[in-house]
Order: sequence, then C-alpha cells, then structure tokens
Amino acid sequence: MTTTLDAPAPAAPQPRHRAANRLTWLLKQRETGIAVAFVALLVVTTAVNPNFLFSTDGWRDLTLTPAILVCLAIGQAMVIVTRNVDLSVGSTLGLTAYLAGRLFLDTGLPVIVVVLIAVAAGAVLGLINGVLVAFAKVPALVITLGTLYIYRGIMLEWAGSDRINASDIPPGLLDFGTGSFLFIPNLAWISFALLAAAIYLMRSTRVGREFYAIGSDPAAATLYGLRDKRRVLQAFATSGALAGLAGILYVSRYGTISSGVGQGIELEAVGAAVVGGVAIFGGSGTVLGAALGAYLLTTINRALPVLGIPDFWQQAVVGALIIGAIVLDRYFARRQHDKLLAEREES
Amino acid sequence: MSLLAEKTPARTYAAHAKPWWQRTLMTRDAAIIALLVVVWTYASIVILNFSDPITVYFLVLDVTPILLIALPMTLIIITGEIDLSVASVVGLSSVLFGVLHREGVPMVAAMVLALLACAVAGAFNGVLVTRFGLPSLAVTIGTMALFRGIAVGALGTTAITDWPDAWGDLVQARIGDSQIPLMTVPLVALIVIFAVVLHFTPFGRGIFAAGLSKDAARFSGVNVDRTKLILFTLSGLVSGLAGIYFTLRYGSARGDNATGLELQVVAAVLLGGVSIFGGRGAIPGVIAGVVLIGTIGSALRLDGLSANIIQIITGVLLIAAVIAASVLGWTGRIVGTYRRQHSSDEPSSKQSPQRKRSE
Repeated sequence: MTTTLDAPAPAAPQPRHRAANRLTWLLKQRETGIAVAFVALLVVTTAVNPNFLFSTDGWRDLTLTPAILVCLAIGQAMVIVTRNVDLSVGSTLGLTAYLAGRLFLDTGLPVIVVVLIAVAAGAVLGLINGVLVAFAKVPALVITLGTLYIYRGIMLEWAGSDRINASDIPPGLLDFGTGSFLFIPNLAWISFALLAAAIYLMRSTRVGREFYAIGSDPAAATLYGLRDKRRVLQAFATSGALAGLAGILYVSRYGTISSGVGQGIELEAVGAAVVGGVAIFGGSGTVLGAALGAYLLTTINRALPVLGIPDFWQQAVVGALIIGAIVLDRYFARRQHDKLLAEREES
Repeated sequence: MSLLAEKTPARTYAAHAKPWWQRTLMTRDAAIIALLVVVWTYASIVILNFSDPITVYFLVLDVTPILLIALPMTLIIITGEIDLSVASVVGLSSVLFGVLHREGVPMVAAMVLALLACAVAGAFNGVLVTRFGLPSLAVTIGTMALFRGIAVGALGTTAITDWPDAWGDLVQARIGDSQIPLMTVPLVALIVIFAVVLHFTPFGRGIFAAGLSKDAARFSGVNVDRTKLILFTLSGLVSGLAGIYFTLRYGSARGDNATGLELQVVAAVLLGGVSIFGGRGAIPGVIAGVVLIGTIGSALRLDGLSANIIQIITGVLLIAAVIAASVLGWTGRIVGTYRRQHSSDEPSSKQSPQRKRSE
C-alpha cells in the first residue's frame, strides 16, 4: 500500500493536486482500513513486547504463519467475487496433504513432481465443485458443504488411524518449509508471489474482470454473452489448486499429517475474505484485501497472549472483528450510495 | 429469481393436471420419507441387531440435538436466510449452564438464565440481519466465531463435569418399560408446535411469503423484519436447549461442545427438501432428513463400517438430494412443454394458439 503513496508521481501538470487526489483515493480504499488495523495491532503489541516483531522468531512468524491462510484466502476471494463460496477448501487441503505424504512414503517421486500432483489434485477437486455448481443450479454453499464431508471422509477412510511423520517427508521439502531467503521465510515468498499473480489476474485480465461481472449481476453477464459456466469452473479450480498448494505448504512447514489437518480452516478463509472487504454477495472486493484479512486474523492469534489475554479468547476477537468489518462495509456502501444519489439529483 | 419464474408455469400446470394422490406422492417430502422407509426396512433385514428397540433408543438420543436445531433452522432457511452460529450457541449454553451451576445457582434457574442468554445471542443475529440489512451468511459466520470464542474463553480447555446424577438420569430415562426415551415427549411436542406454526398459521404463511419474495410479502402486510427477528431469537433459544441437553446427556459442560454441528444441521434440513433459495420446505420432510442421516449413521456403525464412510454418504446424499430437485425441475419443464404442444383440450394458455398455428 505504502509503495503506491511513495512512488514519485510521473510529471503531471499539478503535482500537488494529484498527490492529494491519490491520498484521498487511498483513504477511500477498503484495504486501507484493514491495513491500518493490522499496523496498529503490530505497533501496540510490539510496544508491549518488542520481541513480537524484533526477535528473529517474531519476524519469522509474522510472515510465515499467515502464508497458508493467505493461499486459501486468495482462492476464496476469487470464488466469492463470482457470488459463490467454497466451504470444501479445508477438506481439500487435508486430502492433498495426505496424498502428498502418501506419495513420499510409497513412491520415490521427486519432490517437484509430488508438488505438481498435489496442486493438480486440488484443481481436480475444485473442478468437481465447479462442475456441480455451474451445471446443477444449486448454490455453492450446499454443494461445497457436501464435498466438505465427502473429501474429508475420503481422506479419513484412506488414512485410517495412521499419521505421516516428519521422518517420512523428504528433508529437502522440510528445509524449504522452515528456511528463508533474504530474511523472509520461503513460504511467505510463495504467498507474496501468488498474491501478486492474483492481483494481476483480478485487476488486469479479462478472466478477472469477468469474475466481477458475473458476481455483480449473473443474469446480465449471461445476457451479455459472458461464458459464465466456464468462469465459475475456473474460479473453483483455482481455489482448489491453491488449497492443494496450501496442503503442500502445510506438509513442508509442519511435517506431520494427521486426520484433522485443515479442519475448520475454510471458515477462517471465508472470514479473512469478509474481514478484507470481499462482499459475500459477490461482485466486489479484492484479493489483496482478503490476504490482509488473513494477516490480521493470524496475527491477532499470536498477539493476544502477548497483550495478556489468554488465547482462548482469540476466536471471540476474530468474530467481533468479522462483524465489525461487515457492519463498517455496509455503512460505507450506504454512504457511497447516498452520495451517488445526491450527485444525480444535482446534475 | 429468473430460474423460479421459468419453472412456475410448467409446475403449476403439472400439479393441477394430476390427481391429488399423485400430487402428494410426488413431492420432495414424500420422496425423502420413502427413502427413509427403504433404508429402515433394508437395515432391519440385513443388519443384525438394527431392529432391536435399544438401537432406536440410542438413535433418538443421538439425533435429538440435530432435530431440535433443525426445527428453527428450517423456518429460517425458508425465509431465505441461514444461521451458522447454532453450534456455537450450543457451546455457549453449555458453558453458561456449567458456570452458573458451579457458582451454586439452582439447576432450574441456571437453565433458564442460560436459555435467556442464548435467546439474546439469537436476537443479536436477528438485529444485525434485519436492522442493519446484513447478509445472514456473513453475520452468522462472524457470530459463530464470536459465540464460540466467548464459550471457549470463559472455560478454557477445562470442563465442568460435576453434575447431579438425577438430571443425567432424567435425560436418559425411558418411558415405563419401553425403549422409548422420555425425551421423546417434549421433542414430539416441539415438532408439533413448529409444524403447526409453519403450516397452519398466518405467521407461517408469512415465513413462506418472505422467502418467495420479500417485497411481495411486505406489500401483503407481512412484517418481514419482525418475522426474521423472531426466528433468529427462536433459533438461539432452541440451540440453547440443545446445549443443555448436550451438557446433561454427556455430563460435561465444555466450550467446544457440538463443534461442527451447524453443518450437520444444515445438511439434514436441505436433505429434508428445504430449498436454500427460500420459500419451499416442510417440517415432515426435515424430520425425515434428520432421522435418515441418524439412521444411516447407526446402521453403518452396527454393520461395522467406519464413521468416515458415513461422512462420505452424508455428503453424497446432500448433493444428490439438491441436484435431484433441479433435475426433476428440468424433466418437469420438458414434460410440461411436451404436453402443452401435444394436447388439444388443454385449458387455454397464452402460448398455445401460437404453437398450434406453427404446427
């Protein structure tokens, strides 16, 4: 966010005016609010305990812990923008993580091949959601609730009572998961790269713009001739592939895969998107906002004990935050609506 | 909306062309009840011990929380909203009940206070949805975390397990010498109340109206916001009841009681033929949906299959049930169109003269 502000404005007739415009534009963005909340949380917590940010572990955790959720939140934001929702991502994450573990255990496939297989498997699982949603004319909430049970059930049935331990995972992958490059953990780099790609996709490509078009008015998008089914399939497949990747990230970071991997994380992903200003009715919001939401939610989790609040209360804070975010979002949307109406009256 | 508009003519036509018994037997409700009967018959024959009365006893005790919460959930989904916070309210109720009991408040008073708090929690959802005009999906995802957080925050990972035996016995008591749990009596009473309210009162018709079209309902005098507020409050209250049941049955008040139950309830309700778009659904179908999920669970467990398979089957059933509805919709429309084109004595429809000319 700050980079846009600091970047020298290209030679313009009225540079001062332009900078002021930029500032008001920035202040109006939904993402700004969430970024400010995040920075405030960091400042307060670090003031209480400087180790929170300035110790090696603190700095590492700040960027490492949210990486997996950011992955899921990006996919979730894309799906929600098309006026759908993907509740199955937690199960997809669990299933692909176990698939990867099994491949490491049973075959000698190179790590990169296993990664590709896991991502592809995630994409296929997402595609199944997409096909069911696009062709059955049933809300995604119901379909992905069903696949949440199915994917988790398949994983549990397959895994039985065994769990995969760190000793079964290639050390190279584990080193990658815990390692860092230029003081930033590798997994964080991956999430940044994904975020950059997703921002580009959603802002500047036809696919992304059509996601928004379909989400803001599905009937109009169909009448206009957008291939809505194909786009919905793409959104779900992307969300699934990202969940597959998140499964690999999980394996590389934690090393062990038990039956509960990713359970309930789908609601955190939806929560991150909602807190980040992605409207649940589709058509608005950004992947950057969703990612910031993921950062805020995971960082609160770590900040509470530092602030002297037992982390049992973390969920309550997260809940209050989600509610606050949607109330605020509604308030701003209504104010914007009133302003537009007033402008129309004047003209 | 456009989907609904498309379906209506074919549906009305098909509905009126058939005799009453066909109309009754061809509904989603009848289909799910038939499926339930088939599963019961099959399980009684094939699975050893399934027809034992004791199986029924545990089946009733096991499905009670889902059945309880499914009642208000049905009404809420018919109005076109959803309440995902129910399981968290169960946890909240359990913890409040436990803490009050620990502090020496008499059992009944603790129960009433916990129920009141849960009704307030439900009303909080209702106010956010109706007064602020927020989508209930987002609101209740938020309160789901909020209420669960308060419950877990208040007790941490500890549990209150010191309960008078008499109460636990009461919850698990049987009627006389039979294997019918005593809990069945209040449960059936509640089911009847909900069914009567939904299907035989103006308030119930208002619920359907609100789900079909908010504006049309408002113009015909239904106070949509008040209806929804009442339903969300009721949902909190009944979920609180389920929390107390949970606590007494397992003799343990915990913040994480009933985690994930909301998804099971929604699955059961949708399986029972309630449309997620709102405006359609009925209590008998929902009861059948809940019992179906419970039956499959206990039948497969008796058969030695793992809980995981049950999870998979639940998911497949859910998807199959909702997809069947839209597939039936397609075939209904195709059949309707076919009949309109081929019948000469069809009651005058706007399209038919043009069609005949073109033929």
